[in-house]
Amino acid sequence: MSTFDNPFDPDRNLRAGCVCGQHQSATEHEQATALACEPVASEEQRYEGVVASAVMRAMFPQDVARRAFLKSVGASTALAALSQFFPLKTATEVFAQTGVPEKKDLKVGFIPITCATPIIMAAPMGFYAKHGLNVEVVKTAGWAVIRDKTINKEYDAAHMLAPMPIAISLGLGANAIPFAVPAIENINGQGIVLASKHKDKRDPKDWKGLKFAIPFDYSMHNYLLRYYLAEHGLDPDTDVQLRSVPPPEMVANLRADNIDGFLAPDNICQRAIYDGVGFMHLLSKEIWDGHPCCSFAASREFITTAPNSFAALTRAIVDATAYASKAENRKQIAEAIAPANYINAPVTVLEQVLTGTYADGLGGVRTDAKRVDFDPFPWQSFAVWMLTQMKRWGQIKGDVDYKAVAEQVYLATDTKKLMTEMGLSPPASAYKSFAVMGKTFDPAKPEDYVASFKIRKQS
Amino acid sequence: MNSSLRLRAGLVSVALLAAFLGIWHLATRSTAPVAAMNPEYAKLMGLTATQGKSAMPGPLDVGAKLWEHLKRPFYDNGPNDKGLGIQLAYSIARVGTGYLLAVLVAIPLGFLIGMSPLLSKALDPFIQVLKPISPLAWMPLALYTIKDSSVSAIFVIFICSIWPMLLNTVFGVASVRKEWINVARTLEVGTIRRAFTVILPAAAPTILTGMRISIGIAWLVIVAAEMLVGGTGIGYFVWNEWNNLSITNVIIAILLIGIVGMLLDQILARFTRMVTFPE
Repeated sequence: MSTFDNPFDPDRNLRAGCVCGQHQSATEHEQATALACEPVASEEQRYEGVVASAVMRAMFPQDVARRAFLKSVGASTALAALSQFFPLKTATEVFAQTGVPEKKDLKVGFIPITCATPIIMAAPMGFYAKHGLNVEVVKTAGWAVIRDKTINKEYDAAHMLAPMPIAISLGLGANAIPFAVPAIENINGQGIVLASKHKDKRDPKDWKGLKFAIPFDYSMHNYLLRYYLAEHGLDPDTDVQLRSVPPPEMVANLRADNIDGFLAPDNICQRAIYDGVGFMHLLSKEIWDGHPCCSFAASREFITTAPNSFAALTRAIVDATAYASKAENRKQIAEAIAPANYINAPVTVLEQVLTGTYADGLGGVRTDAKRVDFDPFPWQSFAVWMLTQMKRWGQIKGDVDYKAVAEQVYLATDTKKLMTEMGLSPPASAYKSFAVMGKTFDPAKPEDYVASFKIRKQS
Repeated sequence: MNSSLRLRAGLVSVALLAAFLGIWHLATRSTAPVAAMNPEYAKLMGLTATQGKSAMPGPLDVGAKLWEHLKRPFYDNGPNDKGLGIQLAYSIARVGTGYLLAVLVAIPLGFLIGMSPLLSKALDPFIQVLKPISPLAWMPLALYTIKDSSVSAIFVIFICSIWPMLLNTVFGVASVRKEWINVARTLEVGTIRRAFTVILPAAAPTILTGMRISIGIAWLVIVAAEMLVGGTGIGYFVWNEWNNLSITNVIIAILLIGIVGMLLDQILARFTRMVTFPE
């Protein structure tokens, strides 16, 4: 994701659609970047960029003309000229003060895992405060409790597993209450950990009869593990045992030999390795690179009663996510979220997760900078994929209007608008195709996709 | 003779404690063999893996940590990290509220039921069914209907501590000696006066025994309830440290839960002695 874009870059198209610069040769691209001003460092500069691009758009309705102008005079001259006619600084300040939040003191629930990094770090690192909110982040005991507390309005918004808002909106395992996801928290960042005694059982075909833990029924962990097992010819409902276990108890259960392994969120995976009870069999990234895991969710009711608070909250989360997506910030984040008030875990463990240089539990040190990554955009195709898996494993019966549900729960349009306002560059479409273990998923044909799996629950 | 018995009992207690701590210390000394690993890797691993340190903390670890907690019992690092003193205060406040509500309901109700054999028989099956329900079974129902987790916790305390008190009050009131009531009747004492001057003092020891059982149950329940709803309280503290796999802190919490439970019980025991009368 290119987070920051420069309106004074002549090769950049300010309107939605294809960015020409991407299709040109590397040398031309370098020339273009050489032309650009300083990279945008602070929030204010970024807003300035947004305002500037709006002004530039107004001055040059024809994009070709703007580019020609910039190419001929150079970006810095253009900026100087523009600033003379138009008080960019004032306009930026005005822009940054968007609608006053209806409710300033908010409560946001989270589960202490690294998936919640943007939600958690936004408190100690001041992202909520920057957007005019006073947010209390409250640690919660489990997914069912976080669901109930959010439904009961004890929390204004919460950290949820990406499929949970869909399940709640559909009334699976709870009363149907419309929920919405303005932002995905993290992508990747999970793993399959096996007990140390299974060191030689690396082929999933040998896993018949093993007991695995997953954090919740409506979780990406459940769907990914089932997918992985099924691709290796095991029926997850009959060949292995899947148990719903709260993440913190997974390590203790692994040590006590109650389970053979788990597909769990990180810092739990790394914690099992740190304590010497298991090893990393596979990063979830190797199943599906770029899969969503957790989401930031709120009820429709909160969104309609306090739209400005909601927008400010989303902005803070998107902001924090953008900050977390930068590798150089990760160590600092690990330290900010490690204390007992937040995740409550050793800093080394969090650092290994966030920086991607980690002990694998087998005596080696591995490096994968994308072990966990952060990208807020709520792709509706993610929601469609989750729905196909819910259908595949019998969590939903009957016909599903995949697109309608995805669009109702995953607020891609609103987030896109907010991101554009913040000077980020959201993707043009809310649907993208991706591959899970080499098999391409076409969000336009969910029914065919479900039907294409040999192993699935017969309904 | 009596003082020497007490002295000897004290000595045995101390000896038992010392033996327990000694065995604990020996059992948790690092013993597991450690495979050689490269230093780069070792730096990323925990002490259990690198030094074969036992996953169970020894008494010295626990003592050091306990001292750390006792030095600053009332710190407040934000909504999810507060000192042990604050956590205990939250738990005691919850138990107190739920328990007092239960007392307010159970004792008058018990009196009414106890004084009427008909009601006593009619309500008995309901009480018998409701009494053995585990506190945690009430939790989802409470959360769902009350829609507020802290009120739910108090409700669970209330619902669990009400039954022993109710049953004991009913029993105490119903088994006041017939002679005493007959004497009161002969002297033409009114119903209300009879209830307060004859039945209440006579039934008080039984009622207080019920209250003593109830406070024990309430304290048992609060830890479990707080582990579930989270936020504050000693139960939350246990859960939060369990989350971090910090067995040391969990042991400290267990110790404190035991001590507070004992104190609550002792307070009620003292009250019971105050109202007991020789027959």
